[in-house]
Amino acid sequence: MGIVLNTLLIILTAISIPGVINRTRATLAGRKGMPFSQHLLNVNVLLRKGAVYSTTTTALFRIAPAIYLGAAIVAALMMPVADLYPLISFKGDVICFAYTLALARVAIILAAMDTGSSFEGMGAAREALYGALIEPALMIGFATLALFCGYTSFADIFAHEQSFDMHLTIVMLLVAFLFVKITFVESGRVPVDDPRTHLELTMIHEVMCLDYSGIDMGMIHIAGWLKTACFSMIAANAVAATCCFHWWFAVPLAILLTGLSVGIVESTQARNKLANNTTFIVTISALAALIFFIGYLLKLNINI
Amino acid sequence: MKYYITDNCAKAVELKDIPEVEYAAFYEDLKERLSDERYHIAHYFARTEDTRLKFYLVLLDDEEQKVMITSFAMEYYDDIALPSLTALHPQVHPFEREIAELYNVEFDSMPWNKPLRFPFNRRNRNSTMDNYPFYTIEGESLHEVNVGPIHAGIIEPGAFRFICNGENVLHLEIALGYQHRGVENEFTSTDNRLRQTLLAESIAGDSAVSHSTAFVNAVEKLSAQVDHNLDIERTVALELERMAMHIADTGALCTDVAYQLGQVACEALRTVIINTTQAWCGNRFGKGLIRPCGTNKPLTKEKIEMIINNVTDVRRRYNEVKDDIESSPTILARFEQCGLVPKAEILNIGGVGMAARASGAKRDIRSSHPYAAYGKEISHESVVKRQGDVMSRLAVRLDEVLQAADNILSLLASYKPSVTARPDYECKLQPNALSFGLLEGWRGEICHIAITNEEGNISTYKIKDPSVHNWLGLAIAVRSEGISDFPINNKSFNLSYCGHDL
Repeated sequence: MGIVLNTLLIILTAISIPGVINRTRATLAGRKGMPFSQHLLNVNVLLRKGAVYSTTTTALFRIAPAIYLGAAIVAALMMPVADLYPLISFKGDVICFAYTLALARVAIILAAMDTGSSFEGMGAAREALYGALIEPALMIGFATLALFCGYTSFADIFAHEQSFDMHLTIVMLLVAFLFVKITFVESGRVPVDDPRTHLELTMIHEVMCLDYSGIDMGMIHIAGWLKTACFSMIAANAVAATCCFHWWFAVPLAILLTGLSVGIVESTQARNKLANNTTFIVTISALAALIFFIGYLLKLNINI
Repeated sequence: MKYYITDNCAKAVELKDIPEVEYAAFYEDLKERLSDERYHIAHYFARTEDTRLKFYLVLLDDEEQKVMITSFAMEYYDDIALPSLTALHPQVHPFEREIAELYNVEFDSMPWNKPLRFPFNRRNRNSTMDNYPFYTIEGESLHEVNVGPIHAGIIEPGAFRFICNGENVLHLEIALGYQHRGVENEFTSTDNRLRQTLLAESIAGDSAVSHSTAFVNAVEKLSAQVDHNLDIERTVALELERMAMHIADTGALCTDVAYQLGQVACEALRTVIINTTQAWCGNRFGKGLIRPCGTNKPLTKEKIEMIINNVTDVRRRYNEVKDDIESSPTILARFEQCGLVPKAEILNIGGVGMAARASGAKRDIRSSHPYAAYGKEISHESVVKRQGDVMSRLAVRLDEVLQAADNILSLLASYKPSVTARPDYECKLQPNALSFGLLEGWRGEICHIAITNEEGNISTYKIKDPSVHNWLGLAIAVRSEGISDFPINNKSFNLSYCGHDL
C-alpha cells in the first residue's frame, strides 16, 4: 500500500511542478497566464501524434526517447517520499540512481549527435560538459548523506533516525539547499538554460530535442518532469527529516520548493552568459564539497 | 574636385547642374575625403543614360550640414576596370557590389566582390543563392554552423554562416537577398503617386513612417512647398515610430536573455504607443498617415490630447524599466563587454544610426542635416555612447525613447492644429531633376533618391535603408564572441532584411 502511494505521490509531484512554475511566472509577470494543467494538455496532444524522422538518423535516434523516459521512470521508482518506501530500494541505490540518470543523458546526447545537425552537436557538447561538471556535486551530496546517516539507500538515509538534533538539522538543510541548486541545472532552468527560448544557438537541452516530434517529444517532456521531481524530492526529504517526516509534508514541500524558486528566479533574473555556466556549476560542486566537510566535522562531534 | 553643394531643405537639383568628373579625380577625392570622419556616402549608384552608364554620388558632410552631389560616366564600349574604393574604404562595399551586380562593371582589386541581393535584372544569371561564394577557413578544430535562411520564430529569411572554434566565432558571413522584391523598379513602373506612396510604406514594415516620409520629402522637393505644420506632424509620427521600435527592441533583448519582467513591461508599453498611432491614423504602424503634399489624418485637439496623455504615461513607466535594467546585475553581466564594435571599425564600415552612436560615432541626420521640425522647434542633441557593446546599443535606445517622448511632448505642447492640405497625387514634378529624401529613421539614416525624366515622371528611384551599412557591423560584433551570444548581438542591431534586399 505504502509503495503504491509512494509511486503515485512521485507522479503527482512530477506533474505539479511545471504547473506551479508556470503559474508563478504568470502571476509575477502580471499576466493571466496559462492554466495550471496546460503542460499536461500539450503533452497529451504530443502523445497522440505520430513522429517524423529525419532521413539522416539511425535506430539510435528512435530508441533514445524510450531509454530517456525508461531511465527517468526507474530513477523515480527509487525515490522515497518521506516515511513511505519506494518500489525499488537496495543498498547503494543512490549510486544506481545517479547513473541511471547519466544513462538517460548519454542516450539523448548520442541521439542529438546522430542527427548530424550542427546545432544539435553544439547542444550535445554543452550538455556533456555540464553533465560532467554537475556529477561531482551530485556524488558528494550523496556521500554527505551516506556519511552522516551511515546508509547508502535513499529510504534508509532519510528514515534512519528522527532525533531532531542540531547536527542533523544543519547538514540536512545544507543538503536541501544543494539539491535545489542541482535541480536548476539538471532540469535546464534559468540561469543555466532557458526552456522557453526559440534561439537555437543559445539552447542546451532544447536544441538536442529539435528533431524530435510527436510522441517522442512527449516522452522527453515526461522524463524531464520525473527527473525534476526526483531532485526536488531529495531536497524536500532532507528538509522533512529535520522537522516533520511525513509524506503529507514532503510532497507539498517538494512541489513548492522547486515550483516557487524556479518561477521566481525565471521572472526576475536573466540567464547566465553561456561561458559563465561552467563557473556556476563548478561553484555548486565546491559548495557540495564544503557541505561534505561540515558534515564530516559534525560527525566527528566537533563542537562549532 | 567639383561638387554640387546643397542641403537637406533645399529644392531638387537639376541634372544639368550636377558636375561630371573623371573617375581618376573622383577616386582620388573620395580616397581623401572618406578617411575623414565628417564625410560618408549617402548613396552611390549607376543608371543608364542613353548609351552611357552614369554614376551618381551623394556624399554627406556632417560638419557643415552639406549634401554634396557629383557624377561620372562610362561609355558603352569602355571596359576598363575602375580601381575599387572598397579596397581603401570598406564603407563603399554595398554600392560597388550593387553596381557590379547590375551592370557588370568591374572594380579592380575589389576585396569582397560578392553578389549583394540577386536582383532579377542582374547581369550574371548564373550567380544564384545556391552558389553564393561563402568565405571558408580550413582547420582541424574549426567547424561551420549554418543558420537560416529559414529561421525559427517569425523573422525574415537570411543565411548566416559561422566559422567557429568550439563555442567561439572566428568569422560570420551574412548572405542576404532572399527578400528581394524589386521595389526600386516598381517605383518607376507606375506613375500613380498613391501607389508609389504605398510602396514606400512597405519597403520595411518596421519603418513604414520613416520610408514613406523619405519618399514624400523627395517628391515634395520636386514639386510644391508644404505647410511647415505638416512637417511638425510628420516629426511627431517619426518620433512615435522611434519610441515604439526602441521599446520593442528593449523588450526583445530582455526576452533573449530570459529576463521576464523587462519583456512583459516593454511589450505592454509598446502596445500603448502603437495603439496611439492607430488611434491617430487607423494603422498601428502608421501606414496611411504620410501622404504627399498633405494628409488625410490631420491632428485634432482631441488627438493631440490623447497622444500627450499616452506618451507622458509611457515615458514615466519606461523610465522605471530603464532604472530596473540599469541596476540589474544579471542583465548587465550579459550585455556589457559583449559584441564590441570600436569606433574606428564602425566608421570604417560606414555604420549609421543608433548602432554608430553606440560606438561613439555621432552619425545623426537630425543634427547633422536637420529637416522638418529638427533644427527649428527641436534643437536635437544626439545620444552618443562610447563602448560599442550590446549594452551601449541598448543604452542608446533607453535614452532615445525618453528623448523622443520629450520631443513629442514639446512639439505638441505649443502646436495649434491647422493642417488642411489634402494629399495631392497629381502634382507635376520638376523634369530632369534629382531630389533626395534624407532623414533619420529609428534605425538610422534613410536616403531615397528620385531622378525624373523629361515628362516629369520618376525614371530612377534608389532606396537606402541603414541596414545596408550596418549588417557588416553585426558580423564584426560577433567575432571572437561566443556563438550563443549571437542572438543578443543580432537583436541589439535589429537590422532589416527586406530594407536591405528591397
